[in-house]
Amino acid sequence: MVLSPYLPILVALVIGFAIAGGATAASLVLGPKKPSKVKLDIYECGLPGGTSRQRLSVKFYLTAILFILFDIETIFLYLWAAAFDFLGWFGIVEVAIFVVTLVVGYIYILKRGALNWD
Amino acid sequence: MFDTAIGIEVAFTLAKILVMVVIALQVAPLMSWVERRQCAYIQRRIGPNRVGIFGLKILGLGQPIADTIKLLFKEDYVPREANKLYYLMAPILPAMFAMAAISGVPFGRYVEISGQTYSLQPISLNAGFLFFFAMSALSVYGVALAGWASNNKYALLGGLRASAQMISYEIAMGLSLLPIVFIFNSLDTQTIINEQSNHLLFGFLPAWGIFYAPVSFVIFVITMFAETNRLPFDLAEGEAELVAGFLVEYGSMRWSLFFLGEYAMMFTLSALMVCLFLGGYEIPWLPQSAIVNSLTSSLGNAGALWAGAAISLVTLIVKVAAMMFIFVQVRFTLPRFRYDQLMRIGWVYLLPIAIANVAITALIVALQRF
Repeated sequence: MVLSPYLPILVALVIGFAIAGGATAASLVLGPKKPSKVKLDIYECGLPGGTSRQRLSVKFYLTAILFILFDIETIFLYLWAAAFDFLGWFGIVEVAIFVVTLVVGYIYILKRGALNWD
Repeated sequence: MFDTAIGIEVAFTLAKILVMVVIALQVAPLMSWVERRQCAYIQRRIGPNRVGIFGLKILGLGQPIADTIKLLFKEDYVPREANKLYYLMAPILPAMFAMAAISGVPFGRYVEISGQTYSLQPISLNAGFLFFFAMSALSVYGVALAGWASNNKYALLGGLRASAQMISYEIAMGLSLLPIVFIFNSLDTQTIINEQSNHLLFGFLPAWGIFYAPVSFVIFVITMFAETNRLPFDLAEGEAELVAGFLVEYGSMRWSLFFLGEYAMMFTLSALMVCLFLGGYEIPWLPQSAIVNSLTSSLGNAGALWAGAAISLVTLIVKVAAMMFIFVQVRFTLPRFRYDQLMRIGWVYLLPIAIANVAITALIVALQRF
Protein backbone atom coordinates (compact mmCIF):
# COMPACT_ATOMS: atom_id res chain seq x y z
CA MET A 1 0.00 0.00 0.00
CA VAL A 2 1.57 3.25 -1.13
CA LEU A 3 -1.45 5.42 -0.39
CA SER A 4 -3.21 5.89 2.91
CA PRO A 5 -5.96 3.26 3.31
CA TYR A 6 -8.32 6.01 4.47
CA LEU A 7 -8.07 7.94 1.19
CA PRO A 8 -10.59 5.72 -0.70
CA ILE A 9 -13.28 6.69 1.86
CA LEU A 10 -12.94 10.31 0.77
CA VAL A 11 -13.06 9.26 -2.89
CA ALA A 12 -16.21 7.20 -2.31
CA LEU A 13 -17.86 10.05 -0.40
CA VAL A 14 -17.07 12.49 -3.21
CA ILE A 15 -18.45 10.08 -5.83
CA GLY A 16 -21.58 9.58 -3.72
CA PHE A 17 -22.01 13.33 -3.28
CA ALA A 18 -21.56 13.92 -7.01
CA ILE A 19 -24.17 11.30 -7.93
CA ALA A 20 -26.72 12.44 -5.33
CA GLY A 21 -26.14 16.13 -6.00
CA GLY A 22 -26.24 15.55 -9.76
CA ALA A 23 -29.54 13.70 -9.52
CA THR A 24 -31.20 16.49 -7.52
CA ALA A 25 -29.74 19.15 -9.82
CA ALA A 26 -31.05 17.26 -12.87
CA SER A 27 -34.56 17.11 -11.43
CA LEU A 28 -34.30 20.81 -10.50
CA VAL A 29 -33.51 21.67 -14.12
CA LEU A 30 -35.89 19.22 -15.82
CA GLY A 31 -38.95 19.56 -13.61
CA PRO A 32 -41.67 22.21 -14.03
CA LYS A 33 -41.85 25.16 -11.61
CA LYS A 34 -45.37 26.21 -10.68
CA PRO A 35 -45.33 27.08 -6.96
CA SER A 36 -48.60 28.17 -5.38
CA LYS A 37 -49.56 29.17 -1.86
CA VAL A 38 -51.41 25.92 -1.16
CA LYS A 39 -48.68 23.74 -2.60
CA LEU A 40 -46.02 25.22 -0.34
CA ASP A 41 -48.15 24.77 2.80
CA ILE A 42 -47.22 22.29 5.50
CA TYR A 43 -48.79 18.95 4.64
CA GLU A 44 -51.32 18.03 7.31
CA CYS A 45 -53.77 15.75 5.51
CA GLY A 46 -56.00 18.75 4.78
CA LEU A 47 -56.33 19.85 8.39
CA PRO A 48 -55.17 23.32 9.40
CA GLY A 49 -52.02 22.95 11.51
CA GLY A 50 -48.89 24.68 12.67
CA THR A 51 -45.18 24.08 12.38
CA SER A 52 -43.39 21.40 14.33
CA ARG A 53 -41.29 23.79 16.42
CA GLN A 54 -42.75 22.73 19.75
CA ARG A 55 -41.98 20.52 22.74
CA LEU A 56 -41.12 16.86 22.31
CA SER A 57 -41.19 13.78 24.49
CA VAL A 58 -38.13 13.67 26.73
CA LYS A 59 -37.91 9.92 26.04
CA PHE A 60 -35.98 10.54 22.84
CA TYR A 61 -33.23 12.45 24.68
CA LEU A 62 -33.04 9.71 27.30
CA THR A 63 -32.63 7.10 24.58
CA ALA A 64 -29.84 9.12 22.99
CA ILE A 65 -27.95 9.44 26.31
CA LEU A 66 -28.30 5.71 27.03
CA PHE A 67 -27.12 4.96 23.50
CA ILE A 68 -23.92 6.93 24.05
CA LEU A 69 -23.24 5.00 27.28
CA PHE A 70 -23.71 1.55 25.79
CA ASP A 71 -22.15 2.32 22.44
CA ILE A 72 -18.90 3.36 24.13
CA GLU A 73 -19.06 0.10 26.07
CA THR A 74 -19.31 -1.79 22.78
CA ILE A 75 -16.30 0.01 21.34
CA PHE A 76 -14.21 -0.82 24.45
CA LEU A 77 -15.17 -4.47 24.07
CA TYR A 78 -13.98 -4.43 20.44
CA LEU A 79 -10.49 -3.47 21.59
CA TRP A 80 -10.48 -6.43 23.95
CA ALA A 81 -11.86 -8.80 21.28
CA ALA A 82 -9.16 -7.78 18.81
CA ALA A 83 -6.47 -8.60 21.41
CA PHE A 84 -8.30 -11.68 22.76
CA ASP A 85 -5.42 -14.17 22.41
CA PHE A 86 -2.82 -11.67 23.57
CA LEU A 87 -4.63 -10.77 26.81
CA GLY A 88 -5.77 -14.32 27.69
CA TRP A 89 -7.53 -14.98 31.01
CA PHE A 90 -6.36 -11.63 32.40
CA GLY A 91 -8.37 -9.80 29.72
CA ILE A 92 -11.44 -11.92 30.29
CA VAL A 93 -11.47 -11.22 34.04
CA GLU A 94 -10.94 -7.49 33.49
CA VAL A 95 -13.69 -7.30 30.88
CA ALA A 96 -16.02 -9.34 33.11
CA ILE A 97 -15.59 -6.77 35.92
CA PHE A 98 -16.25 -3.94 33.45
CA VAL A 99 -19.35 -5.59 31.97
CA VAL A 100 -20.77 -6.57 35.38
CA THR A 101 -20.51 -2.92 36.48
CA LEU A 102 -22.40 -1.87 33.37
CA VAL A 103 -25.02 -4.58 33.80
CA VAL A 104 -25.71 -3.30 37.33
CA GLY A 105 -26.32 0.14 35.82
CA TYR A 106 -28.49 -1.44 33.13
CA ILE A 107 -30.65 -3.21 35.73
CA TYR A 108 -30.96 0.13 37.56
CA ILE A 109 -32.27 2.02 34.51
CA LEU A 110 -34.58 -0.91 33.76
CA LYS A 111 -36.05 -0.80 37.29
CA ARG A 112 -36.40 3.00 37.18
CA GLY A 113 -38.51 2.59 34.05
CA ALA A 114 -36.25 4.59 31.73
CA LEU A 115 -36.91 2.08 28.97
CA ASN A 116 -40.70 1.99 29.31
CA TRP A 117 -42.44 3.64 26.39
CA ASP A 118 -46.08 3.21 27.33
CA MET B 1 7.53 12.62 -11.34
CA PHE B 2 5.17 9.87 -12.38
CA ASP B 3 5.38 6.45 -10.81
CA THR B 4 3.57 3.63 -12.62
CA ALA B 5 3.02 1.60 -9.43
CA ILE B 6 1.18 4.50 -7.79
CA GLY B 7 -0.67 5.21 -11.05
CA ILE B 8 -1.91 1.61 -11.27
CA GLU B 9 -2.91 1.62 -7.62
CA VAL B 10 -4.89 4.85 -7.92
CA ALA B 11 -6.62 3.66 -11.09
CA PHE B 12 -7.37 0.25 -9.62
CA THR B 13 -8.77 1.71 -6.39
CA LEU B 14 -11.01 4.01 -8.42
CA ALA B 15 -12.16 1.08 -10.56
CA LYS B 16 -12.97 -0.99 -7.46
CA ILE B 17 -15.02 1.84 -5.93
CA LEU B 18 -16.83 2.34 -9.24
CA VAL B 19 -17.76 -1.37 -9.38
CA MET B 20 -19.45 -1.08 -5.98
CA VAL B 21 -21.06 2.28 -6.78
CA VAL B 22 -22.51 0.88 -10.01
CA ILE B 23 -23.91 -2.06 -8.03
CA ALA B 24 -25.43 0.39 -5.51
CA LEU B 25 -27.05 2.37 -8.31
CA GLN B 26 -28.49 -0.78 -9.88
CA VAL B 27 -29.79 -2.24 -6.63
CA ALA B 28 -32.37 0.50 -5.96
CA PRO B 29 -34.30 0.38 -9.29
CA LEU B 30 -34.01 -3.41 -9.58
CA MET B 31 -35.20 -3.95 -6.02
CA SER B 32 -38.15 -1.60 -6.50
CA TRP B 33 -39.26 -3.83 -9.36
CA VAL B 34 -38.50 -7.08 -7.47
CA GLU B 35 -40.39 -5.78 -4.46
CA ARG B 36 -43.52 -4.93 -6.46
CA ARG B 37 -43.47 -8.23 -8.36
CA GLN B 38 -42.85 -10.34 -5.27
CA CYS B 39 -45.53 -8.45 -3.35
CA ALA B 40 -47.93 -9.10 -6.21
CA TYR B 41 -47.21 -12.83 -6.16
CA ILE B 42 -47.72 -12.99 -2.40
CA GLN B 43 -51.05 -11.16 -2.76
CA ARG B 44 -52.12 -13.13 -5.85
CA ARG B 45 -51.87 -10.24 -8.26
CA ILE B 46 -49.75 -9.81 -11.37
CA GLY B 47 -47.81 -6.66 -10.57
CA PRO B 48 -46.07 -4.36 -13.05
CA ASN B 49 -45.61 -6.35 -16.27
CA ARG B 50 -46.41 -3.89 -19.07
CA VAL B 51 -43.50 -1.51 -19.51
CA GLY B 52 -40.89 -3.04 -21.79
CA ILE B 53 -37.77 -1.96 -23.62
CA PHE B 54 -37.80 -1.78 -27.46
CA GLY B 55 -41.12 -3.62 -27.65
CA LEU B 56 -39.91 -6.49 -25.46
CA LYS B 57 -41.95 -6.84 -22.29
CA ILE B 58 -39.49 -9.06 -20.30
CA LEU B 59 -41.73 -9.24 -17.20
CA GLY B 60 -42.07 -5.48 -16.91
CA LEU B 61 -38.37 -4.84 -16.33
CA GLY B 62 -38.74 -1.49 -18.08
CA GLN B 63 -40.77 -0.25 -15.10
CA PRO B 64 -37.80 1.02 -13.01
CA ILE B 65 -36.47 2.97 -16.02
CA ALA B 66 -39.86 4.56 -16.59
CA ASP B 67 -40.13 5.36 -12.88
CA THR B 68 -36.73 7.05 -12.84
CA ILE B 69 -37.62 9.21 -15.85
CA LYS B 70 -40.93 10.14 -14.25
CA LEU B 71 -39.20 11.15 -11.00
CA LEU B 72 -36.66 13.25 -12.91
CA PHE B 73 -39.43 15.30 -14.53
CA LYS B 74 -41.42 15.89 -11.33
CA GLU B 75 -41.57 19.34 -9.81
CA ASP B 76 -38.89 19.95 -7.21
CA TYR B 77 -40.11 22.39 -4.57
CA VAL B 78 -39.18 23.46 -1.05
CA PRO B 79 -42.04 23.92 1.46
CA ARG B 80 -42.39 27.49 2.76
CA GLU B 81 -41.77 26.69 6.44
CA ALA B 82 -38.86 24.31 5.85
CA ASN B 83 -35.28 25.08 6.80
CA LYS B 84 -33.96 25.33 3.27
CA LEU B 85 -30.29 24.36 3.71
CA TYR B 86 -30.94 21.25 5.81
CA TYR B 87 -33.96 20.32 3.73
CA LEU B 88 -31.80 20.28 0.59
CA MET B 89 -28.90 18.54 2.32
CA ALA B 90 -30.83 15.75 4.06
CA PRO B 91 -31.50 13.43 1.07
CA ILE B 92 -27.91 13.66 -0.16
CA LEU B 93 -26.42 12.38 3.11
CA PRO B 94 -27.86 8.83 3.23
CA ALA B 95 -27.04 8.26 -0.44
CA MET B 96 -23.50 9.54 0.08
CA PHE B 97 -22.78 7.43 3.18
CA ALA B 98 -24.36 4.37 1.58
CA MET B 99 -21.99 4.73 -1.39
CA ALA B 100 -19.02 4.88 0.99
CA ALA B 101 -20.31 1.94 3.05
CA ILE B 102 -20.87 -0.29 0.03
CA SER B 103 -17.26 0.40 -1.04
CA GLY B 104 -16.11 -1.45 2.07
CA VAL B 105 -17.48 -4.77 0.82
CA PRO B 106 -14.76 -7.20 -0.33
CA PHE B 107 -15.81 -8.94 -3.55
CA GLY B 108 -12.80 -11.20 -4.12
CA ARG B 109 -9.37 -12.12 -2.77
CA TYR B 110 -6.80 -10.44 -4.98
CA VAL B 111 -5.72 -10.06 -8.61
CA GLU B 112 -2.35 -9.61 -10.24
CA ILE B 113 -1.42 -6.64 -12.48
CA SER B 114 2.10 -6.72 -13.94
CA GLY B 115 3.52 -8.87 -11.16
CA GLN B 116 1.94 -6.92 -8.30
CA THR B 117 -0.99 -8.24 -6.27
CA TYR B 118 -3.93 -5.97 -5.44
CA SER B 119 -6.65 -6.82 -2.94
CA LEU B 120 -10.23 -6.74 -4.19
CA GLN B 121 -11.61 -4.71 -1.30
CA PRO B 122 -12.09 -1.05 -2.30
CA ILE B 123 -11.78 0.29 1.27
CA SER B 124 -9.60 -1.92 3.42
CA LEU B 125 -8.85 -0.47 6.88
CA ASN B 126 -7.14 -1.97 9.90
CA ALA B 127 -10.33 -1.08 11.78
CA GLY B 128 -11.99 -3.78 9.64
CA PHE B 129 -15.75 -4.03 9.65
CA LEU B 130 -16.12 -1.26 12.25
CA PHE B 131 -16.16 0.94 9.15
CA PHE B 132 -19.65 -0.35 8.29
CA PHE B 133 -20.90 0.65 11.74
CA ALA B 134 -19.47 4.11 11.28
CA MET B 135 -21.19 4.63 7.94
CA SER B 136 -24.51 3.12 9.03
CA ALA B 137 -24.45 5.38 12.12
CA LEU B 138 -23.76 8.44 9.97
CA SER B 139 -26.79 7.77 7.78
CA VAL B 140 -28.96 8.47 10.85
CA TYR B 141 -28.15 12.14 10.22
CA GLY B 142 -29.98 12.13 6.90
CA VAL B 143 -33.18 10.80 8.45
CA ALA B 144 -33.04 13.01 11.54
CA LEU B 145 -32.26 16.14 9.51
CA ALA B 146 -35.02 15.40 7.00
CA GLY B 147 -37.53 15.07 9.81
CA TRP B 148 -36.47 18.27 11.54
CA ALA B 149 -35.90 20.46 8.48
CA SER B 150 -39.28 19.67 6.91
CA ASN B 151 -40.93 21.50 9.82
CA ASN B 152 -43.89 19.18 9.70
CA LYS B 153 -45.24 17.30 12.70
CA TYR B 154 -45.47 13.96 10.93
CA ALA B 155 -41.99 14.35 9.51
CA LEU B 156 -40.50 15.34 12.86
CA LEU B 157 -42.09 12.37 14.62
CA GLY B 158 -40.94 10.03 11.86
CA GLY B 159 -37.41 11.37 11.96
CA LEU B 160 -37.20 11.16 15.75
CA ARG B 161 -38.61 7.66 15.80
CA ALA B 162 -36.21 6.55 13.10
CA SER B 163 -33.15 7.97 14.82
CA ALA B 164 -34.13 6.57 18.23
CA GLN B 165 -34.75 3.17 16.66
CA MET B 166 -31.52 3.14 14.68
CA ILE B 167 -29.32 4.08 17.62
CA SER B 168 -31.10 1.62 19.93
CA TYR B 169 -30.51 -1.34 17.65
CA GLU B 170 -26.95 -0.31 16.85
CA ILE B 171 -25.81 -1.40 20.32
CA ALA B 172 -27.19 -4.92 19.93
CA MET B 173 -25.73 -5.03 16.42
CA GLY B 174 -22.26 -4.08 17.63
CA LEU B 175 -22.38 -6.59 20.47
CA SER B 176 -23.66 -9.39 18.24
CA LEU B 177 -20.55 -9.23 16.04
CA LEU B 178 -18.05 -9.34 18.93
CA PRO B 179 -17.88 -13.17 19.06
CA ILE B 180 -16.94 -13.20 15.37
CA VAL B 181 -13.88 -11.07 16.18
CA PHE B 182 -12.42 -13.44 18.72
CA ILE B 183 -13.52 -16.65 17.02
CA PHE B 184 -11.71 -15.72 13.80
CA ASN B 185 -9.15 -13.56 15.62
CA SER B 186 -9.46 -10.68 13.19
CA LEU B 187 -11.44 -7.55 12.39
CA ASP B 188 -10.58 -7.71 8.69
CA THR B 189 -13.41 -9.06 6.51
CA GLN B 190 -11.08 -10.70 4.00
CA THR B 191 -9.15 -12.58 6.71
CA ILE B 192 -12.45 -13.71 8.23
CA ILE B 193 -13.64 -14.99 4.84
CA ASN B 194 -10.39 -16.89 4.29
CA GLU B 195 -10.84 -18.58 7.68
CA GLN B 196 -14.33 -19.63 6.61
CA SER B 197 -13.12 -21.55 3.54
CA ASN B 198 -12.13 -24.45 5.87
CA HIS B 199 -14.45 -27.25 6.95
CA LEU B 200 -16.12 -28.40 10.14
CA LEU B 201 -17.24 -31.88 11.26
CA PHE B 202 -14.96 -33.88 8.87
CA GLY B 203 -15.97 -31.79 5.88
CA PHE B 204 -19.74 -32.02 6.28
CA LEU B 205 -20.16 -28.32 6.97
CA PRO B 206 -18.28 -25.31 5.63
CA ALA B 207 -16.59 -23.45 8.52
CA TRP B 208 -19.02 -20.55 8.34
CA GLY B 209 -19.53 -18.05 11.14
CA ILE B 210 -23.20 -19.04 11.42
CA PHE B 211 -22.18 -22.47 12.79
CA TYR B 212 -19.74 -20.96 15.29
CA ALA B 213 -22.04 -18.18 16.50
CA PRO B 214 -25.69 -18.92 15.65
CA VAL B 215 -27.08 -16.56 18.33
CA SER B 216 -24.98 -13.71 16.91
CA PHE B 217 -26.41 -14.45 13.49
CA VAL B 218 -30.01 -14.24 14.69
CA ILE B 219 -29.41 -10.99 16.59
CA PHE B 220 -27.55 -9.48 13.64
CA VAL B 221 -30.34 -10.29 11.19
CA ILE B 222 -32.98 -8.75 13.47
CA THR B 223 -30.95 -5.57 13.99
CA MET B 224 -30.26 -5.41 10.27
CA PHE B 225 -33.99 -5.03 9.59
CA ALA B 226 -34.19 -2.29 12.22
CA GLU B 227 -31.12 -0.43 10.97
CA THR B 228 -32.45 -0.23 7.43
CA ASN B 229 -35.95 0.83 8.59
CA ARG B 230 -37.55 -2.16 6.92
CA LEU B 231 -40.74 -3.88 7.96
CA PRO B 232 -41.47 -5.11 10.65
CA PHE B 233 -39.45 -2.14 11.97
CA ASP B 234 -40.55 0.60 9.54
CA LEU B 235 -42.20 2.79 12.16
CA ALA B 236 -40.36 5.77 10.79
CA GLU B 237 -42.54 5.63 7.70
CA GLY B 238 -45.60 3.95 9.21
CA GLU B 239 -48.14 4.88 6.52
CA ALA B 240 -51.15 4.29 8.74
CA GLU B 241 -50.07 6.61 11.56
CA LEU B 242 -47.47 9.04 10.21
CA VAL B 243 -48.51 9.20 6.52
CA ALA B 244 -44.92 8.68 5.35
CA GLY B 245 -42.85 9.87 8.30
CA PHE B 246 -39.77 11.87 7.41
CA LEU B 247 -40.56 11.51 3.70
CA VAL B 248 -43.80 13.47 3.92
CA GLU B 249 -42.52 16.76 2.49
CA TYR B 250 -40.19 15.25 -0.07
CA GLY B 251 -40.87 14.66 -3.74
CA SER B 252 -39.21 14.02 -7.09
CA MET B 253 -35.55 12.95 -7.14
CA ARG B 254 -34.94 13.91 -3.50
CA TRP B 255 -37.51 11.39 -2.38
CA SER B 256 -35.93 8.64 -4.42
CA LEU B 257 -32.46 9.44 -3.03
CA PHE B 258 -33.69 8.23 0.37
CA PHE B 259 -34.59 4.94 -1.25
CA LEU B 260 -31.27 4.78 -3.08
CA GLY B 261 -29.62 5.09 0.33
CA GLU B 262 -31.94 2.56 1.95
CA TYR B 263 -31.48 -0.12 -0.71
CA ALA B 264 -27.73 0.43 -0.91
CA MET B 265 -27.58 0.08 2.89
CA MET B 266 -29.65 -3.13 2.67
CA PHE B 267 -27.14 -4.47 0.15
CA THR B 268 -24.18 -3.41 2.31
CA LEU B 269 -25.49 -4.93 5.53
CA SER B 270 -26.54 -8.13 3.70
CA ALA B 271 -23.04 -8.31 2.23
CA LEU B 272 -21.53 -7.79 5.69
CA MET B 273 -23.73 -10.60 7.02
CA VAL B 274 -22.68 -12.85 4.13
CA CYS B 275 -19.00 -12.04 4.73
CA LEU B 276 -19.07 -12.69 8.48
CA PHE B 277 -21.55 -15.56 8.74
CA LEU B 278 -22.02 -17.21 5.34
CA GLY B 279 -18.53 -17.50 3.89
CA GLY B 280 -18.52 -14.30 1.83
CA TYR B 281 -17.40 -14.74 -1.76
CA GLU B 282 -16.23 -18.34 -1.16
CA ILE B 283 -18.29 -21.18 -2.67
CA PRO B 284 -18.93 -23.86 0.00
CA TRP B 285 -16.75 -27.01 -0.38
CA LEU B 286 -14.93 -25.30 -3.26
CA PRO B 287 -12.31 -22.88 -1.92
CA GLN B 288 -11.21 -20.00 -4.13
CA SER B 289 -7.59 -21.24 -4.10
CA ALA B 290 -8.71 -24.60 -5.59
CA ILE B 291 -10.59 -22.83 -8.41
CA VAL B 292 -7.58 -20.64 -9.17
CA ASN B 293 -5.21 -23.64 -9.09
CA SER B 294 -7.32 -25.67 -11.53
CA LEU B 295 -7.57 -22.71 -13.93
CA THR B 296 -3.87 -21.84 -13.85
CA SER B 297 -2.89 -24.46 -16.45
CA SER B 298 -5.31 -23.11 -19.08
CA LEU B 299 -5.34 -19.36 -18.32
CA GLY B 300 -1.95 -18.69 -16.75
CA ASN B 301 -1.40 -17.32 -13.25
CA ALA B 302 -2.77 -13.79 -13.66
CA GLY B 303 -5.66 -14.92 -15.89
CA ALA B 304 -6.71 -17.56 -13.36
CA LEU B 305 -6.76 -14.92 -10.61
CA TRP B 306 -8.97 -12.63 -12.73
CA ALA B 307 -11.34 -15.52 -13.53
CA GLY B 308 -11.44 -16.40 -9.83
CA ALA B 309 -12.26 -12.78 -9.01
CA ALA B 310 -15.17 -12.84 -11.47
CA ILE B 311 -16.49 -16.08 -9.94
CA SER B 312 -16.24 -14.66 -6.42
CA LEU B 313 -18.07 -11.46 -7.40
CA VAL B 314 -20.94 -13.55 -8.82
CA THR B 315 -20.95 -15.76 -5.70
CA LEU B 316 -21.20 -12.73 -3.44
CA ILE B 317 -24.05 -11.23 -5.46
CA VAL B 318 -25.98 -14.54 -5.46
CA LYS B 319 -25.66 -14.83 -1.68
CA VAL B 320 -26.68 -11.20 -1.13
CA ALA B 321 -29.60 -11.58 -3.55
CA ALA B 322 -30.87 -14.50 -1.45
CA MET B 323 -30.83 -12.24 1.61
CA MET B 324 -32.62 -9.45 -0.29
CA PHE B 325 -35.31 -11.98 -1.24
CA ILE B 326 -35.80 -12.70 2.47
CA PHE B 327 -36.00 -8.94 3.16
CA VAL B 328 -38.93 -8.60 0.77
CA GLN B 329 -40.55 -11.85 1.88
CA VAL B 330 -40.51 -10.69 5.51
CA ARG B 331 -41.93 -7.29 4.55
CA PHE B 332 -45.11 -8.84 3.18
CA THR B 333 -45.39 -11.54 5.85
CA LEU B 334 -45.02 -9.81 9.22
CA PRO B 335 -47.14 -6.92 10.54
CA ARG B 336 -45.55 -3.74 11.93
CA PHE B 337 -44.58 -3.55 15.62
CA ARG B 338 -45.96 -0.95 17.99
CA TYR B 339 -43.35 1.64 19.02
CA ASP B 340 -43.13 0.57 22.67
CA GLN B 341 -42.78 -3.05 21.55
CA LEU B 342 -39.97 -2.05 19.20
CA MET B 343 -38.01 -0.25 21.93
CA ARG B 344 -38.69 -3.14 24.31
CA ILE B 345 -37.29 -5.70 21.88
CA GLY B 346 -34.15 -3.64 21.37
CA TRP B 347 -33.35 -2.68 24.96
CA VAL B 348 -34.96 -5.32 27.16
CA TYR B 349 -34.49 -8.47 25.06
CA LEU B 350 -31.77 -8.09 22.42
CA LEU B 351 -29.23 -6.21 24.57
CA PRO B 352 -29.06 -8.71 27.48
CA ILE B 353 -29.11 -11.66 25.07
CA ALA B 354 -26.23 -10.10 23.12
CA ILE B 355 -24.19 -9.51 26.30
CA ALA B 356 -24.84 -13.09 27.50
CA ASN B 357 -23.89 -14.37 24.05
CA VAL B 358 -20.56 -12.52 24.19
CA ALA B 359 -19.82 -13.83 27.70
CA ILE B 360 -20.65 -17.47 26.93
CA THR B 361 -18.81 -17.52 23.60
CA ALA B 362 -15.76 -15.85 25.18
CA LEU B 363 -15.67 -18.51 27.92
CA ILE B 364 -15.96 -21.41 25.45
CA VAL B 365 -13.28 -19.98 23.14
CA ALA B 366 -10.98 -19.23 26.09
CA LEU B 367 -11.36 -22.76 27.52
CA GLN B 368 -10.42 -24.20 24.12
CA ARG B 369 -7.45 -21.90 23.51
CA PHE B 370 -5.72 -21.19 26.82
